[in-house]
Amino acid sequence: MFYRENGQFKTSYRADQQIFPIAQDRWAILALIAFAFVGVPLLADEYMFRAILIPFLILALAALGVNILVGYCGQISLGSGAFMAVGAYMAYNTYIRIEGMPVIIALLSGGFFATLVGMFFGIPSLRVKGLYLAVATLAAQFFCDWAFLRIGWFTNNNASGSVSVSNLQVFGFAIQTPLQKYIFCLAFLVVFGLLAKNLVRSAIGREWMAIRDMDVAAAVIGIRPMYAKLSAFAVSSFIIGVAGGLWGFVHLGSWEPAAFSIDRSFQLLFMVIIGGMGSIMGSFFGAAFIVVLPIFLNQFLPALGALFGVEISTAGISHTEFMVFGALIVWFLIVEPHGLAKLWSIGKQKLRLWPFPH
Amino acid sequence: MAFFLETLLGGLMAGMLYSLVALGFVLIYKASGVFNFAQGAMVLFAALAMARFSQWIPEWLGMDNKLLGNVLAFAVAAACMFVLAWLIERLVLRHLVNQEGVTLLMATLGITYFLDGLGQTIFGSDIYQIDVGMPKDPIFLLEGVFEGGVLVNLEDVYAACVAALLVVVLSLFFQKTSTGRALRAVADDHQAAQSIGIPLNRIWVIVWFVAGITALVAGIIWGSKMGVQFSLTTVALRALPVIILGGLTSVPGAIIGGLIIGVGEKLSEVYIGPMVGGGIEIWFAYVLALVFLLFRPQGLFGEKIIDRV
Repeated sequence: MFYRENGQFKTSYRADQQIFPIAQDRWAILALIAFAFVGVPLLADEYMFRAILIPFLILALAALGVNILVGYCGQISLGSGAFMAVGAYMAYNTYIRIEGMPVIIALLSGGFFATLVGMFFGIPSLRVKGLYLAVATLAAQFFCDWAFLRIGWFTNNNASGSVSVSNLQVFGFAIQTPLQKYIFCLAFLVVFGLLAKNLVRSAIGREWMAIRDMDVAAAVIGIRPMYAKLSAFAVSSFIIGVAGGLWGFVHLGSWEPAAFSIDRSFQLLFMVIIGGMGSIMGSFFGAAFIVVLPIFLNQFLPALGALFGVEISTAGISHTEFMVFGALIVWFLIVEPHGLAKLWSIGKQKLRLWPFPH
Repeated sequence: MAFFLETLLGGLMAGMLYSLVALGFVLIYKASGVFNFAQGAMVLFAALAMARFSQWIPEWLGMDNKLLGNVLAFAVAAACMFVLAWLIERLVLRHLVNQEGVTLLMATLGITYFLDGLGQTIFGSDIYQIDVGMPKDPIFLLEGVFEGGVLVNLEDVYAACVAALLVVVLSLFFQKTSTGRALRAVADDHQAAQSIGIPLNRIWVIVWFVAGITALVAGIIWGSKMGVQFSLTTVALRALPVIILGGLTSVPGAIIGGLIIGVGEKLSEVYIGPMVGGGIEIWFAYVLALVFLLFRPQGLFGEKIIDRV
């Protein structure tokens, strides 16, 4: 009844091609952003920021990057953790090696180096496809794990490979409290979210999707596979790299290569698959699901055990968490292989008709 | 020269062990088109079952015949793997027919998490030993040729022999039995195999069971080498370059690929490693596989990939 576009006529190309052609969508998104900037800080407490909201924002950003590569361009990558690591470590090096370097520039330069590394490890995608490529991208993961652990320059000659940053300041504002960190990450996410949304509906986004649907056919109609694939690797690694920088600088503060291990790569891929491949919205859903699920299980399982009078040990809880997590993933893939974004679009479709049957 | 030979032999033995894990991947990929990331978790699960049952069964039955205990434990562990294969087919694969490759890959990752949790919940999460009577002493070969001879770890030789035996048995099973023929038919074309009356679901159970058995053998060998512990799952990650090098669909490819990777790893670690700070084994294998892939995108023995518009 409320959600339909009847009567919203477009009189210019500009109006016709805007991101959200339906006015209700536009208002809803604006309201959501306003709520995230103003409402959430009033409601959430410190634990919420630290354990849920900040990881969610950063991982959503990384999932966005992975989704561009995997969901839009169809190149399965298991090296996302490595690109995050490159972003974090290069941002760190730029930040400490150049006097008076602003944090934002350092983070972006981390993204820039991640782009270079991503394009380099994207080169095999020109020859190798599908699952072979997935395994090939693991080379990036293991190489970066090794490089940041063994090559002293990256970690300022710290033997354990752990580095730390402190006293972050942006335009004279300190990034200290969880609230400030939250706002900082949110600003990044909004900017990159808009950027990605616009990219995927532009000419280059269409090229990516053509390559994903069938690369030979795309090449036949005049899309350069090399250009399309490498640009997808570049954009995706840039976003992932910035997310990696944020994860290190803002969320962790001090970190070592293990923070960006292969598990991180799998986690990001899970977010994309569960959220919905080829959907910007899906990246957010997937990130929310994967971030909240372990926390929820952690709280819920002991309570459940107490209900049945069973005392579950800490190790038992973590093992049970593993089991439930794995089972939920499989269950989810079976009942909704297209991800949460599909449910979202079904819901929207239903809402347009509601309350009428047709 | 003797040192070089030693390294080479060590690499070949390690390569056989990688092939053993890689075989599990290839079997499942051939028959169901599933890239089974859970193979590493299956190795851990099987090894845990073997380690614990070989300890529990003598306790329950009150006997101390070591050999009998081990044989019984092997049988029980194999039964566990069968139940596992049946459950996976029943609960997961059956519902995911015709999904995209990446969705299936993610499903096996889910299975990985589940198995990791389940194995450690049932069998405990300490480090266990498997003692199947593998000799631990090194021996020296070719003492007449080189001064001091070539040092070979006898345990590795046994392991390599077991691996080779398993490969021979598997290829006989695939080539000579009617079940093996059915497996090959399914691998060739699901629909055609179904249309001539081969039960797809039963074939999948058999394939996952066979992969489970290879996981069990790999688990026993690796487990008796380095103890049964969580890090056993990383063995799967080291077998991945082997299969992309050899080709996802080729059993001989898994063997040859394993040997190449094993030798490459050891030689690089010894001769290049010291120059860059060591520990390069794991990524070197991947880079080696990548270089091969650039020339043959389907791996050394994989089926040629033909694209049609």
